[in-house]
Amino acid sequence: MSPVRVAGAGLTPFGNVPERTGRDLFAEASTIAFEDSGVEREDVEAVFYGNFMGELSEHQGHQGPLMAEAAGVRAPATRYESACASSGVAVRDAVFRIRNGEADVVLVGGTERMTNLGTAGATEALAIAADDLWEVRAGMTFPGAYALMAQAYFAEYGGDREGLAHVAVKNHENALPNEKAQYRSEITVEDVLEAPQVSSPLGLYDSCPISDGAAALVLTSEAYAEEHGLEAPVAITGTGQGGDRMALHDRDYLARSPAASEASEEAYADAGVDAGDVDVAEVHDCFTIAEVLAIEALGLESVGEGISAARDGRTTADGDTPVNLSGGLKAKGHPVGATGASQIAEIAALLAGTHPNSEFVEGATTGVAHNAGGTVASATVHVLEVIP
Amino acid sequence: MSDSGESEGVQDAGFDDWVDAAEEGTAYYLECPDGHGSLPPRRVCPECGLTDLERVDVPETGTVETYTVTHVPTPAFEDDAPYATAIADFGPVRITGQVVGTDPDVVEDGLEVELEITVSQTTGERVIGFDPLVR
Repeated sequence: MSPVRVAGAGLTPFGNVPERTGRDLFAEASTIAFEDSGVEREDVEAVFYGNFMGELSEHQGHQGPLMAEAAGVRAPATRYESACASSGVAVRDAVFRIRNGEADVVLVGGTERMTNLGTAGATEALAIAADDLWEVRAGMTFPGAYALMAQAYFAEYGGDREGLAHVAVKNHENALPNEKAQYRSEITVEDVLEAPQVSSPLGLYDSCPISDGAAALVLTSEAYAEEHGLEAPVAITGTGQGGDRMALHDRDYLARSPAASEASEEAYADAGVDAGDVDVAEVHDCFTIAEVLAIEALGLESVGEGISAARDGRTTADGDTPVNLSGGLKAKGHPVGATGASQIAEIAALLAGTHPNSEFVEGATTGVAHNAGGTVASATVHVLEVIP
Repeated sequence: MSDSGESEGVQDAGFDDWVDAAEEGTAYYLECPDGHGSLPPRRVCPECGLTDLERVDVPETGTVETYTVTHVPTPAFEDDAPYATAIADFGPVRITGQVVGTDPDVVEDGLEVELEITVSQTTGERVIGFDPLVR
């Protein structure tokens, strides 16, 4: 399959900027992406845009054309909504569009404006990614859903809150040099364990923040990159998507993410790699337990072993397979519609040697980005490789 | 099925009917000819796609399979927190609900429960609850 080049990437700082509109955030991210790529805006043939809660946070539907306009692009534009995997699915379709020869240049990304809703409002907005009748009306929140999975994991495979705390500590440490990260502060295992409980066994520091932010990628065909002499050493070489039942209680597994396993198997096969080839990963750690489930689903850890990966140094910056060198959703922030595209931007920069944490993956050639929607009823996985 | 146009407003056909039934102690699930159980409203078995679904009584007791105590709720449960949410296994179906009538901290895996429709202290809306057999 012909690789799809990541010609340029742009991120706004992720954080708390309730006064900034979604269109302003995406305009900033896409401007950075175009400057990074050397691609002219007029060459863009399609815009694929991820957003989840725009109706609730900005009273704004139909965001595709609005965001193309904000980016200064005249091209057909479509919004993708798949909860927190919104821009992951947008990237997947952008890859298909380029691969099948229908476009040479696609602008893909996503935005979320969340902090203007406040904590309660954002919690309510996020909850609509769950089954409204059977989960939300029973009082289940998103932290609550992941807490149910964490509790099920402990019961099935062992492990405890301390194992999860190491995930948070690692990701905060990784975020220290990342200028786009929301939290650039070190925390300790004790800080995590002593933080107020959100939904037991998950506390405040097991949870990602509520964030505003945008991410944009300029993707091109191999032929376009060559013809225009683009500096684009990293390509998306594999894409996969998996699905599961909407409500957690209807799943075959409460302590595993089969949708992410399916997505990774498909993406690895597509790229012609396997889990053993992966040098670095960005995974969807909206809660600490989510990173544990993700690295197991990706085959980076055996089932039941993921809980000790951060504690034992296998996924830390100096470990064999660093996970979330960006700081992850936990410390970098999680503007949900932007997250999937931002993970790909981080992997591309890590592999290209332009990321502040690239020193930890010197010589690395293969990275994966894992983006999950809801309690992983949706999941996308993308494989990125350095192809000189 | 549901009586539409009740005075309290539009009902969610299928779901509200189920809550009505559960309140009367006659909760049901839907079973397809292959024996797969699922919760309403549903026209198609999500497991095999068969459409001939039949109502079958939910077993009287279920077992807590996993649980959490929520301290940061959505606005609809602001006055209810902290409360225990559990997934309970009723055999052919699992159900998510709030454990009622007991200290949330005593909830544990394996706790035997009965369905009991409770009410949100915040909104007065009906909520699926689980009543432990032994407190």
